[in-house]
Amino acid sequence: MENRINKLFNSKKKNILSVYFTAGFPNLNDTLTIIQELENSGVDMIEIGMPFSDPLADGPTIQRSSEIALENGMTIKLLFGQLKDIRINPPSNANAIAPPFSRGNSELPLVLMGYLNPVLQYGMENFCKDASALGISGVIIPDLPLQEYLDEYKSIFEKHNLKNIFLITPQTSEARIRLIDEHSSGFIYMVSSASTTGAKSGIGADQELYFKRIQSMALKNPTVIGFGISDNKTFSKACESANGAIIGSAFIKAIDGSKDLKKDIKDFVKGILGERALV
Amino acid sequence: MSYQVNEKGYYGNFGGAFIPEMLFPNVDELRENYLSIIQEENFQNELNDLLRDYVGRPSPLYYAKRLSAHYKTNIYLKREDLNHTGAHKINNTLGQILLAKRLGKTRIIAETGAGQHGVATATVCALMGLKCIVFMGEVDIKRQAPNVARMKLLGAEVIPATSGSKTLKDATNEAIRDWINNPLDTYYIIGSVVGPHPYPDMVARFQSVISEEMKKQLLEKIGNENPNVVIACVGGGSNAAGAFYHYLDNLNVRLIAVEAAGKGIDSGHSAATSVLGKPGIIHGSKTLLMQTEDGQITEPYSISAGLDYPGVGPIHAHLFETGRAEFASATDDEALKAAFLLCELEGIIPALESAHALAHLEKLNAKEQEVVVINLSGRGDKDLETYIKSQKG
Repeated sequence: MENRINKLFNSKKKNILSVYFTAGFPNLNDTLTIIQELENSGVDMIEIGMPFSDPLADGPTIQRSSEIALENGMTIKLLFGQLKDIRINPPSNANAIAPPFSRGNSELPLVLMGYLNPVLQYGMENFCKDASALGISGVIIPDLPLQEYLDEYKSIFEKHNLKNIFLITPQTSEARIRLIDEHSSGFIYMVSSASTTGAKSGIGADQELYFKRIQSMALKNPTVIGFGISDNKTFSKACESANGAIIGSAFIKAIDGSKDLKKDIKDFVKGILGERALV
Repeated sequence: MSYQVNEKGYYGNFGGAFIPEMLFPNVDELRENYLSIIQEENFQNELNDLLRDYVGRPSPLYYAKRLSAHYKTNIYLKREDLNHTGAHKINNTLGQILLAKRLGKTRIIAETGAGQHGVATATVCALMGLKCIVFMGEVDIKRQAPNVARMKLLGAEVIPATSGSKTLKDATNEAIRDWINNPLDTYYIIGSVVGPHPYPDMVARFQSVISEEMKKQLLEKIGNENPNVVIACVGGGSNAAGAFYHYLDNLNVRLIAVEAAGKGIDSGHSAATSVLGKPGIIHGSKTLLMQTEDGQITEPYSISAGLDYPGVGPIHAHLFETGRAEFASATDDEALKAAFLLCELEGIIPALESAHALAHLEKLNAKEQEVVVINLSGRGDKDLETYIKSQKG
């Protein structure tokens, strides 16, 4: 079966919106509601954060959402349990808040994002096997370096049709970007500036130069810009130079303390997409 | 069996560089250059001059006569507590700051637990005229107030780490995040043999001066450069790495690493990683670490802020796995008792960390003719409040 990430980028070249949320936040069992509402609101791809006690690449917003998610009891096992009906219609578990989605069975690419240690404790082989069986399309593990992936895990990912998504930053050398491009087959995650998540907002002249530089490299993989994308303006700006953009911290803030999760998600996505939002 | 790091940055099954891509250029620059810079003659000369004239090296190897009589054996104390700033930490910070300067960096960051590494970093930054920012857990800031004051007096900015357990692990997280946010001008001076390759190897090399001197001093004093036993405390493990370094390949020398058992290994309040830990990833390296079944890093406990770390350096994980070093532990109470004994018999107030190494003498049952070297990694000025409190108790 064609990987849903490839399917998405083959059918849509511009303005791809990917949203990150931390599983287990704000409440343990919000996972399916959030996925469903993001899809219904017109998001193209969803990154499901697997919370970790020591998220090195994350700023205060995602650190805090991770802490709360862990306090709520989130684990990879539990998350996989929540996701088991995501591609099945009707759900096998009648109690689950699950599809049908308003646009039919979910075909949205789902990407798991998290740190290496919890994945290693789950077991890389089992993790890939189980994630793939649930219909997960890709994985982002910021602290799994390229070489380690190539030496130890690439064959496992490929066996289970999972895309490993690599990050590049303004400091990544051209040679290394070429190497990452060569070993990627989903998309490349462009970190917009030297920062942890949520630390900076806005896109300045330096970043535009960096975006142009990457654009001119004509990589074989699509690119998606993340870190510092928080509103319609930054989203549109990022989309001028890449196939799409990723929003994380701003979304976490938007649903923090939400009294009406569905409405808040809908309003947030509408705010990002502007007139493009599905109403 | 090799106990040194291999070309991929591993000690056996442990080590590596598990870092986000944002840190790759910095860590790679360091990996590419550290050995050639360290081996340069002018680097060696500058470092050795400073170690001699500024730190006061070689640190004495002191025959502790009354302690030896008490335990009916021969105990030598390697007096790292007599170094400038009061601990072994400065051996490493001096080496790294000279390296940072040669890499053209102008802003120095560090993490600290007990504050000894923070003070040693603030000191060398003042010496070199570089900006210094030290991350320290909020809990540690409270329990190590004198060291916070020292860092500030030396011109460092001390930033509290308020996430997680608010101790050394979280201070390290914050330092790493700062480095991600400031990749160009900033150099991260890690204080122990932890972190991504090449840090564990680099820090071990800078601390190896401890065992290099021990060998010479023992040869002078007893006509044999090899003791029967070397004992050192292990949090991340930098003083132990330095004290073991030149004995690693000499299997006749027993190496004993003493971890902090806290309130007891099974009490749920402990930092004895070799017993309680499993292989995993912490702060960029694969090593033994304390974690839940789901791979969340757990919060360790020790009365001693310098040992309150949920991992150990990958070199120690390897020494543990191969059996080259014996791993023991001492509880809070055992460490306090050992500290008081050293005060009473030798007139030396040890750091709480080093007191864990001393506490192992109770269990060692060394023979009368044996020679035991304890690495007295730091002095106890910073721990006076804890000592006074527990004396009253």
